[in-house]
Amino acid sequence: MTRPPLPLPPLRRPRSADLTATFAGLPLPRDSNLPPYRRRELTLLVYAGVLATSALAALTLADVGQLSLGVLTIGLGFFCLWAMAHIAVRRFAPAADPVLLPVVVALNGLGLVMIYRLDLARSEAAKQAGKHIPPSAAQVQLVWTLLAMIVFVLVLALVRDHRKLARYAYTAGLAGIVGLMLPIVPGIGTSINGARLWLRVGPFSFQPSEVSKILILIFFAAYLVNKRDVLTYGSPTLLGLKIPHARTLGPLLVAWLASLGILVVQNDLGSSLLFFGMFLVVLYVATERVSWILSGLGLFVAGAVLAYPLFGHVQVRVDGWLHAFDGDNPSSTSYQLVQGLYGFAAGGISGTGLGQGHPQKVPFANTDFIMASLGEELGLTGVMAILTMYALLVLRGMRAALGAKDAFGKLLATGLSFTLGLQVFVQVGGVMRLIPLTGLTLPFVSYGGSSIVANAAIIALLLRVSDSARRAPEPPSDAPLFDPGAVSESPTQVVKTT
Amino acid sequence: MDPTEPSELVLLIVKIGFLALLWGFVLVAVRAVRLDMFGPTKRQQRREPPPMVRPAAPRNPPQSAHKPPTPSKLVVTKGPLAGTTIPLGSVPVTIGRAQDSTLVLEDDFASGRHARLVHHDGQWFVEDLGSTNGTFLNRTKVTSPMPVPLGAPVRIGKTVLELHR
Repeated sequence: MTRPPLPLPPLRRPRSADLTATFAGLPLPRDSNLPPYRRRELTLLVYAGVLATSALAALTLADVGQLSLGVLTIGLGFFCLWAMAHIAVRRFAPAADPVLLPVVVALNGLGLVMIYRLDLARSEAAKQAGKHIPPSAAQVQLVWTLLAMIVFVLVLALVRDHRKLARYAYTAGLAGIVGLMLPIVPGIGTSINGARLWLRVGPFSFQPSEVSKILILIFFAAYLVNKRDVLTYGSPTLLGLKIPHARTLGPLLVAWLASLGILVVQNDLGSSLLFFGMFLVVLYVATERVSWILSGLGLFVAGAVLAYPLFGHVQVRVDGWLHAFDGDNPSSTSYQLVQGLYGFAAGGISGTGLGQGHPQKVPFANTDFIMASLGEELGLTGVMAILTMYALLVLRGMRAALGAKDAFGKLLATGLSFTLGLQVFVQVGGVMRLIPLTGLTLPFVSYGGSSIVANAAIIALLLRVSDSARRAPEPPSDAPLFDPGAVSESPTQVVKTT
Repeated sequence: MDPTEPSELVLLIVKIGFLALLWGFVLVAVRAVRLDMFGPTKRQQRREPPPMVRPAAPRNPPQSAHKPPTPSKLVVTKGPLAGTTIPLGSVPVTIGRAQDSTLVLEDDFASGRHARLVHHDGQWFVEDLGSTNGTFLNRTKVTSPMPVPLGAPVRIGKTVLELHR
């Protein structure tokens, strides 16, 4: 029974004087019955652009007392930069989540304005002291943002099916560990502020551990998907905990211990904590065994107790955290932490207003302590809004993981979004003196190139998983059917005819 | 006081206005999340009638009034992929370990091309593609294509699937 073909309905109602109409000629979703995801994304993106522009306007008003057209130009430029990412999502992942990208853009815009604000304060101070005006960090960060957008588009364009990433599991794991080791190599590695984490090429420095994080996660996820049944069922029990055979667990332990060992040698507490948490969560999600979490936490406590007397900088951090206001700590070891706390206190509920506080008094105000700067000028209200935005990012990432139709996609999306959330927790918790301070960046907000590039890649991967989860099944290709019996016996796909 | 300095009141209004804008963004984003999870509310539906239904409605008299409602999604209720939903169109859904299946099972009890769900005349049928360990509908082994009622469990290895409205 065939129905007469209905005239195809329009994809969306025509809106004449609308920004949407400007984008109407651009690549559209193939499946015409998709909900208007991309239109919602564009609306949110415009709002994010307006938010960043008005932050800059508020800052300019407080700083020079009047507004100029330049603010609007910069705001428009910022929007156009991320609009390119939006076009790429339209083209390569039409069914993907509409909330992730705009939230990233809003956070990035707030971060850029705050970095610029600290630049202003620094150059003011330099001018008064009659010193040379330091180079602008905001300009460098803008270049990195452009690079991050390009990486975002490239990841979306090159990774057309996230399941293909699982094929490069061991390559990714190896590349991740090599990347972690690179900064130790003399000549290209440099150490900044006591941690040897950076690669220096010309004027740019890059922190390879940010990218290694993603590569090693791909390895973990692909490996666990392959070996999950062995890890869950076929293992002897010891003290109520299933201990898998060394053969199965071997590659995982090697990758994990290697990455942790390297990070500890490099004095990078924050990243080692991040890797540890990422590993535990992926293992838990893959095997559904709470015992892994418990034994992992036990290991963490043991490791912390062991590391405390061994590493001097761990003692300094813990001492600064527990006794921030005691003795001569506030003027030496816990100086930044205490200054940051005073910043939060000065901000109060509604903040001092952009450009009207003194966030430059905190050392590293634009990297590790950018949350204290934001807390001072936007107050508790602003900090809550920013934390809610991060919560939305993690929530949508987890949603993509829930919807994913394959186990690798699930593990990858869970790992990526959990890592993002843990990073925010460790960073903000450290600045707010909830946990000891560790040197991590606030994703998309802090000044730091490698962080924003790697996190843009994370968002692109999440969008990819989300797109495949929401897209209606595609019509089957006209490739000949295999003999089902032959295929069921073989572990991988035998022939690929296109 | 510097004459170019804006007054305290202006700065206060700018400060409060920016915070309101910030929270406005968060609320709009949350609304987009809600739209995504539960679909548009009644009021929004009235304002924005779905363009797919309008032109088709007068030409097709309601023919499915006496028929059971057609399922719109396939939900995995048990197994490693529990919680996954697949929107159903009119194309068949293939299930198995092969990477190009619609639902890829990472299950040693499933075959490469285990089973498929086919839409025919308003009904979904489950069809076993010669799997090693079989496909079960309501504890019955599927040997020939069988119609799948709403909510009936279809078991493949460790995975249980159901059709939902």
